[in-house]
Amino acid sequence: MGDDQGARMSIRGKAFIAGIYEHPRREIPDRTLTQIHAEVALGAVADAGLTLSDVDGYFCDSTVPGMGGISMVDYLGLQCSYLDNTETGGSSYLGHVGHAATAIAAGKCSVALVTLAGKPRSSRGGPPRGGGGGGGGVDAPPETSFEGLWGLAGAPYNYALAARRHMYEFGTTSEQLAEIKVAASIHAQYNPHALLQNVVTVDEVLASPMVSDPLHRLDCCVITDGGGAVVVVSPEVARGLERQTVKILGHGEAQKHAMNGRVDLTYSGAVWSGPRAFEEAGVSQADIDYASIYDSFTITVLEQIEDLGFCEKGQGGRFVLDGALVAPHGKLPFNTDGGGLCNNHPANRGGMTKVLEAVRQVRGEAHPAVQVPNCNIVLAHGTGGALSTRMGSATLILGREDA
Amino acid sequence: MTANPLPVPAPSPNFDTQEFWDATAQGKFLLKRCDSCGVIIWYPRFLCPDCHITETSWFEASGKGTIYTFTIVRRGQGAYRDAAPFVVAYVELEEGPRILTNIVECDPESVAIGQAVEVVFQDAGDGTALYRFRPVTG
Repeated sequence: MGDDQGARMSIRGKAFIAGIYEHPRREIPDRTLTQIHAEVALGAVADAGLTLSDVDGYFCDSTVPGMGGISMVDYLGLQCSYLDNTETGGSSYLGHVGHAATAIAAGKCSVALVTLAGKPRSSRGGPPRGGGGGGGGVDAPPETSFEGLWGLAGAPYNYALAARRHMYEFGTTSEQLAEIKVAASIHAQYNPHALLQNVVTVDEVLASPMVSDPLHRLDCCVITDGGGAVVVVSPEVARGLERQTVKILGHGEAQKHAMNGRVDLTYSGAVWSGPRAFEEAGVSQADIDYASIYDSFTITVLEQIEDLGFCEKGQGGRFVLDGALVAPHGKLPFNTDGGGLCNNHPANRGGMTKVLEAVRQVRGEAHPAVQVPNCNIVLAHGTGGALSTRMGSATLILGREDA
Repeated sequence: MTANPLPVPAPSPNFDTQEFWDATAQGKFLLKRCDSCGVIIWYPRFLCPDCHITETSWFEASGKGTIYTFTIVRRGQGAYRDAAPFVVAYVELEEGPRILTNIVECDPESVAIGQAVEVVFQDAGDGTALYRFRPVTG
């Protein structure tokens, strides 16, 4: 069986180290951390006879400035289909090489870059000199002074910028955004654990206080404590379990950043992560019976529905009307747990709960009122970071064991 | 007019951006251009993010642009606690890049996408100034 072959896949002979570079200096008080990362990156790709334009996988530890590797990807001008920020201290980079080989063997990327940079010698006794603040050894993200000084404190303000532009370009309305919250609330009434279990109307969304034009309070997700976990197993282990398992059919990821000032707030990183996942899964949008769609804000859902190809760009506002998102019989039943908008957004990170409800749907274990009949293939999608600056996007396509 | 003056938080110049912030104190908005491919680079950095060479040159920008998108913040936080309502916007510079900033010296409710704006500099101390934009009048 194909699955068994996949389980025994090895990295042996599947990936090669092509370039290396060691920074020649031992005290570097006149560089930022990002500059040192850039210098070693340029040196290693040059040694390989490649350029940074060839890189489609980036691996770094938790000491890079910014969230994960996304600020570095932005700074270096990379477009990566694979990003790994595994942190295991000084052993991180050996692990990264192994992870890179695994990713290459799986076809997730073809040119992987691993970088390390630090300034403990020149920063002894205080934060790095000229390092851009962020005292304590790790520089502030390189974009900080260009994005962090304008009072854009909090996600609603950031996402409002995208909502306004989407409205301007496509005529999207606040009423259409509100339909997304309404659908989530219809689902949440069946979830006894949901933070908000009351069904709301479009008018109630529009009447809620304006937080950051054009987003109202009820356009925003809940803030909750909590968490979640997932266990992934090999086909051999799966076969030995009594519990119904859910097949992972495809995965795609991408980072969308400021793209050297070419900011376009009408789309998210899902325009790249979605097609990668669909291609690997070998399915199309028409095959998706249920979708968990990241819902930090209503505008997040709207743009991702378009970006994932469930409708044309700009048509999301019309798509969500007439109960299209309402389970079990809408065109695209979504977030049947009530989503981040009503149920749960633990740690201000909604991606975990997106996976969990997608699994429940495939297992047939969603609430009977919102269980999609014959739910065979599902999609779960997340956007992390910030829609109007830089984000990491990831798409999973899952299915029944026989899918 | 904006209800309250906005705070002027100080930037943190670094080895990539010291010249940029020094120039703001002189009332100049500098941009970097790649010496190889000619693309305008934003935000300023060590290498061209398009073609990845490290040879780049500063030049003075026009300071003019149009509003690409904006939001009116109704509840400020931190230094902006008492500043709301105020406008955060992406301004598309005449030279191309779309940059985050505030729109000032106007009624927030009058701001619109496509509006022509020009840069103003507000002293942030420490030899730097913060760039913000105001509607072009007349």
